Amino acid sequence: MASKAPINCSIVVESKSSAVVDVCKEILEKLEENKFDKDDIFAVHLTFEEAFLNAVKHGNKNDPTKKVKIDYSVTPEKVEITITDEGEGFEPESVDDPRFGKGLYEPGGRGLLLMNSYMDIVKYNEQGNSVYMVRYKEKPSLREDQTQIQV
Amino acid sequence: MDMIKPGISVDYAGNATIMRFTDEKILEEQDIKALSESIMSVIEQAVRINLILDFDNVRFLSSAVLGLLIRVSKRIYEHDGQLGLCNINPKIYEIFKITRLTKTFDIYNSIESAKEGLSEPN
Repeated sequence: MASKAPINCSIVVESKSSAVVDVCKEILEKLEENKFDKDDIFAVHLTFEEAFLNAVKHGNKNDPTKKVKIDYSVTPEKVEITITDEGEGFEPESVDDPRFGKGLYEPGGRGLLLMNSYMDIVKYNEQGNSVYMVRYKEKPSLREDQTQIQV
Repeated sequence: MDMIKPGISVDYAGNATIMRFTDEKILEEQDIKALSESIMSVIEQAVRINLILDFDNVRFLSSAVLGLLIRVSKRIYEHDGQLGLCNINPKIYEIFKITRLTKTFDIYNSIESAKEGLSEPN
């Protein structure tokens, strides 16, 4: 009954876009083991790719000597992922909403929007170089948690 | 039909050029760059292209692909052409809805409806 126990894992990988593949596969396999549905798997896959590539590209500025740290936990109730880069960090509030104005016609800037849309919780550390994301399998419990966070 | 590496084929039907993504996942930065070069090359070689991008095979993409589509659409409009997207899987369509790119792109259910849509005057 291994799938019932919380799975905690911490991985440090090279800061290159191709490094996302193996870690992502590992997390998605854990989701399958814990009976997350296809929508959950699609959502986590998408957000993990976006967050990891942000860490490599914008956080570590494509510097191959830097690393990206991934901490994750998958339980039958939820998946939690933290991605930390070695960059200076950023202020998420300073990123323009790509759905409006000129942003709609800009090639970039949609990764954060997708992360916020597909995950139930997305929070950054104070420095802005680490993002913590949660997706719940059952959504009703989400409302309480989201309310707590917004307060 | 010509195959261009990586992951895209080109077909011509009447006054429309149909480029079909052949890969199920479009993620890798290098692949997206290569796709961009392939698509841009076809646009540059045409006069007022009516380009249909067929997503029938695509089950997963990243926001970098959305950026590619924005760049492609800008280039097409610079050349007085038209762009239509079609056969977008519901999960992928959701990404277009979230990002409001359904307002930016002409999206059709099928190649046939895209051909009809693009044959109408601008």
